[in-house]
Amino acid sequence: MTQYIIRRLLYSLPLLMGVNILTFVLFFVVNSPDDMARMQLGQKHVTEQAIANWKQQHGYDVPLLWNSDAQGEKKLINTIFYQKSVGLFLFRFGVSDSGRNIGADIKERAWPSLAVALPTLMIGLLVNICFALMMVLFRSTYLEHAGIVLCVILMSISSLFYIIGGQFFIGKVLRLVPISGYDDGMAAIKFLILPVLIGVFSGIGSGARWYRTLFLEEVEKDYVRTARAKGLSETQTLFRHVLPNAMIPILTGVVVVLPLLFMGSLIMESFFSIPGLGSYTIDAINSQDFAIVRAMVFLGSVLYVIGLLLTDISYTLVDPRVRLS
Amino acid sequence: MVVLWTDALIYLLIVVMLTLGLYLRGKEHIQRPLQQISRSKIGMVSLVVLVFFVLIGLLDSVHFKPANDKKNEIISLLDDWATPLREHGEKTYSAPFATTLYSKEMIMLADGSMQWGYPRLEFGGRHLDDPETQRIPDILQKGLYGLAQGLGLMGLFMLLCYAVRQTYYERLNFIVRPECEGREGIEAQDPEPISPSTKAVWLVLFIIVPLATALIHLSAYYHVFGTDKVGEDVFYQAVKSIRTGLVIGTLTTLIMLPMAIIFGILAGFFRGWVDDIIQYIYTTLNSIPGVLLIAASILMVQVYMANHEADFTSVIVRADMRLLFLCMILGVTSWTGLCRLLRAETLKLREMEYVQAAQALGVKQDTILVRHILPNVMHIVLISVVLDFSSLVLAEAVLSYINIGVDPTSYSWGNMINGARLEMAREPIVWWSLTAAFVFMFALVLAANLFADVVQDAFDPRRSGNE
Repeated sequence: MTQYIIRRLLYSLPLLMGVNILTFVLFFVVNSPDDMARMQLGQKHVTEQAIANWKQQHGYDVPLLWNSDAQGEKKLINTIFYQKSVGLFLFRFGVSDSGRNIGADIKERAWPSLAVALPTLMIGLLVNICFALMMVLFRSTYLEHAGIVLCVILMSISSLFYIIGGQFFIGKVLRLVPISGYDDGMAAIKFLILPVLIGVFSGIGSGARWYRTLFLEEVEKDYVRTARAKGLSETQTLFRHVLPNAMIPILTGVVVVLPLLFMGSLIMESFFSIPGLGSYTIDAINSQDFAIVRAMVFLGSVLYVIGLLLTDISYTLVDPRVRLS
Repeated sequence: MVVLWTDALIYLLIVVMLTLGLYLRGKEHIQRPLQQISRSKIGMVSLVVLVFFVLIGLLDSVHFKPANDKKNEIISLLDDWATPLREHGEKTYSAPFATTLYSKEMIMLADGSMQWGYPRLEFGGRHLDDPETQRIPDILQKGLYGLAQGLGLMGLFMLLCYAVRQTYYERLNFIVRPECEGREGIEAQDPEPISPSTKAVWLVLFIIVPLATALIHLSAYYHVFGTDKVGEDVFYQAVKSIRTGLVIGTLTTLIMLPMAIIFGILAGFFRGWVDDIIQYIYTTLNSIPGVLLIAASILMVQVYMANHEADFTSVIVRADMRLLFLCMILGVTSWTGLCRLLRAETLKLREMEYVQAAQALGVKQDTILVRHILPNVMHIVLISVVLDFSSLVLAEAVLSYINIGVDPTSYSWGNMINGARLEMAREPIVWWSLTAAFVFMFALVLAANLFADVVQDAFDPRRSGNE
């Protein structure tokens, strides 16, 4: 087991290196630091001096890959690639273009993100499974048909409308909860109800439909028929036999996204002005702060790789037939 | 005529689809699922709605420079057709079917005195002398007139179809009867009964077409969905957004398909180091959160465009380039899923007896790939294309909201929502932009989802049992 994990960790290194090189190419080769400086300083009437100053201030005034003016190992170290990209591997995110410490910002903002995303995921999972089980229990009746139609309709509505509608009816018309905002500690709960509710609701359509197909696949298998032949009632077979077996793909699907919960949801957080990583990223995109976007891209891929690893491990835990090799 | 980049790709897409259609005509294994689709009521109804959207999108994809225009604008056929809508701008917000602005202003009366009130609109309901009393009867009358137009049109069309059908069977029977009379087994063919799905199609046509003509007729006199902040007609915006949605839904898949198919099949067929490299590429791309990759790329495109302003002279060319870039980036982020599916399927297929037989007979590897593997994974490609369409249309709205979607100057449902969102806090609220975007988007995405379901049922061999 340990051996396997170590091997997987080593395997993820080239992956992260690939991500790193890709972002480096995207951010520094496609557009040179000069272009970025011009963008930041405004398009018209930018002097060469101003560009040079900006680059020096933000540490972009060294060559990209190879510094032929420097001595010894400085040839490699005094380059943008080493300073801006390699540091990410040690989680040294550096300073944003507006001068804030990205690492500290991320640590601070990850928790509000998690506070929204984790309940949304858990409650969503529960609701979706219940809904899907109901549809399977009443399969080939009008009830199931109505459920499927409802799912397709729910799926066809953009998540933006769920948010706008929820904010309007629950927040503005009924005045049950504040429309947006965030607070520290337990006071945050009243701000979290609405985003979590909307997040769960907007996921029902696709989630319940997907789980329904998983359950239906299990229901038709031989062991379920055997269970029914033994005289178990329909609900008993569903809960004792179908549910645990269908939980395997469901759980592994959840485990993949667990680490990514830290990243938060971009639109949710910006609509509800929750100071999480999602809104952090949106702000960075809108103010064209490349340092933050770069850091978030790398962080996201690290979390994804961790998610993959967790998935493999969880497979062996829930399904004894799978062996790590 | 001016051909924009996305236009060219749309034409290419149509040509590809036509050739595919011609090539597959009369092939038994394709006919069976197609017949299953044509028997499905939901499938045919949603197809009619989709075709309706596509026709509008196509009208909007033929661009030209008007001959007598000095402003050097590029407009489409749809714009040309809807010139009154395009030019009848008001000053600011006005509600659907309103004859006055939505907010009070100082108005100069005829006698020169000033009054605080709702000013009349410049174009909406201009023909009415006394809006208070005449407005609602006038709307009803014009709406009914438009409906009647559409109904008449559909009635004529139906008669035509009926006549064609009758003559077809008459001829059939004319050929059959005189020569074969009395012989066994050959009898005069009675017209086949009209299938339920055909009836459903007619019903939908009888709803859509009169509704469309009524809207068109009304929109000449009123702002059917109101006007937005700068006084632009919201109905026009919503109709123009159809093209953007369709372009993102279709061109993205057109761009990603070659990559996904080639890489997926090669990885599955050759295994070994080819497989390793391709798997590495798609895991790397997959591990970057999609939204961030799109954001990063769009930021880069923005910087590029800002630094090469000379290349993008016209607003519409600029917006078009950005739309194309968005499609490409979405394509790059979304090919990995299909690629993985194709790889798994190819791995399965290459162990099948017929592939091994081909290998044993000494068929060249590339021939095996093209003749034996490719046709047998096409159902996966087709299903994923149809499934992706609706999620791409939905993704566009979200991306436009984060400002990394289509150009802010181009029409899209995302931009409409984004613009209208801030007005929700206004009292009384401006709801019509959101409603218009919601109705159009919902109709398109729902139709696409329902159609995707039917296609999946028809083409997926694992689902073929539950017909």
